[in-house]
Amino acid sequence: MPIIETKNLSFIYGKGTSIEKLAIKNINLKIESGEFIGIIGHTGSGKSTLIQQLNGLLKPSSGQILFNGKNIWEASSDIRSIRFKVGMVFQYPEYQLFEETVFKDIAFGPLNMGLSVNEAKKRVLDAANFVGLDISLLERSPFEISGGEKRRAAIAGVIAMDPDVLILDEPTAGLDPIGRDLLLSQITAYHKKRKNIVILISHSMEDIARISNRVLVLNKGEVAMFDKPAAVFARAKELTDIGLKLPQIASIMLKLRNKGYKIPNHILTVEEAIDAIYRLAING
Amino acid sequence: MKAFIDVDHINFKYDSGENSKDVLSDLTIQIKKGEFLAIVGHNGSGKSTLAKHFNAMLLPTGGKIFVSGIDTGEECSKYEIRRRVGLVLQNPDNQIVASVVEEDVAFAPENLGVPPKEIRKRVDEALKTVDMYDYRKSVTFKLSGGQKQRIAIAGIIAMLPDCIVLDEPTAMLDPKGRDEVLETIRYLNRERKITVILITHFMEEAIFADKIILMNKGKIALQGSPHEVFAQVELLKECKLSLPQCTQLIHALKARGLSLPCDVLNENECVAVLEQLLEGKKCR
Repeated sequence: MPIIETKNLSFIYGKGTSIEKLAIKNINLKIESGEFIGIIGHTGSGKSTLIQQLNGLLKPSSGQILFNGKNIWEASSDIRSIRFKVGMVFQYPEYQLFEETVFKDIAFGPLNMGLSVNEAKKRVLDAANFVGLDISLLERSPFEISGGEKRRAAIAGVIAMDPDVLILDEPTAGLDPIGRDLLLSQITAYHKKRKNIVILISHSMEDIARISNRVLVLNKGEVAMFDKPAAVFARAKELTDIGLKLPQIASIMLKLRNKGYKIPNHILTVEEAIDAIYRLAING
Repeated sequence: MKAFIDVDHINFKYDSGENSKDVLSDLTIQIKKGEFLAIVGHNGSGKSTLAKHFNAMLLPTGGKIFVSGIDTGEECSKYEIRRRVGLVLQNPDNQIVASVVEEDVAFAPENLGVPPKEIRKRVDEALKTVDMYDYRKSVTFKLSGGQKQRIAIAGIIAMLPDCIVLDEPTAMLDPKGRDEVLETIRYLNRERKITVILITHFMEEAIFADKIILMNKGKIALQGSPHEVFAQVELLKECKLSLPQCTQLIHALKARGLSLPCDVLNENECVAVLEQLLEGKKCR
């Protein structure tokens, strides 16, 4: 049974007003335990609207969201507990830090869930560890640490709730390349260890191609593709038509292939490309 | 000929305390009229601090900066400098002031006391330049990130500046928005002869510049043409910058002993270089 399932999910902003807008339309998804899902789509394609429905922040205009087979908006369902189980890291989450110390900020979620002080403390330390936040920072004010550290503290606050599903909306936006790579490797290591579901929105095709095991492509509020990265990025023309791109390396390989060179058609990372080109250059 | 912007041995620190560190130390840069300069560096390298010096938002702690011969430290010339050198920031939502596109673009010339007829002319012209004329009556909050950034750029153009400084203008945009903004920047430089200073940590964007300055720890680590800078792979890595995938690929193949040039900047150059390498290896 999928952990998350959506059935004919649609959402309309400002229903019945002059600015009424259909943001997502008829979305049917099944996400299984242990998956790492990447979501791509141009601005306004419905990415944020979709994920805000997955943890019950927005109520669907029609259709259903099932969590462990149960409709989260059913009368008997406890929507507050869904928000603990489906943790959400918004864009620029560091603007939401508010406590006196980094420790208290990360502990806010676990304590709100009703955990004991001791248990919450353990959660804070584990979460800080996952995101590579130095323990010595925990007693500092969240407003006197660096931007990258703030971002990590904010993500740790959601990880500390130990969610079954962790959703991150562009977690690396604004970070420099090294900071980006480091944070992504920490998220993938976390996912590997925790074996929960991670759903990540990104504008970087390179990152999505490298780290997700399925990619959801949204266009104008509808699912354009939902498949393995190799299958999604094989559809170059369709992606460019909807304002997306191939990872640069995939695009180079495609150009070479179109010129008649014997390049395998599933190359998505620089490492794969190095091997393929090297082999071809040496052996032909 | 004298430089348009002359940065003469400047230092800068945010805090005047004895123990505070220099954020910028002993920088000397000359920027020519009509030049396209890219300043790259990781978070905290001092590049945004430097950007704010070009239009007197910040004043150096030591040394001087001259814009068109005017010392930025002279209080009475502040407004003249800001009219000549416009600044575009990272977050499009922080720099839109009006609810209708053309009103937003008119804000700066209105403030400068430009006669209404002339404002109309400048606004239309500026909107055509950034390819947003068709949206002149639209509400600003409904625009995409890339469109908002172009409106912000139009607002600056309407002041008829000599120079535009853009501080990570694409950090929050999707791939399409990023391309739109970059295309606009290049057009301003090429066709309108406006001096452009682009601050970015995307090496992919720096390739369009005439000259790249690489910042590290508040100092200039390297400056030169894109081809010169991209050839210094080790230094770029030391300065925590990542190379475009095409450059990474060529360098890795070179490291494996294949004979290749070391300064590949973009996809097409990469494809051309690989074609030469693989000559005669097409499948029949």
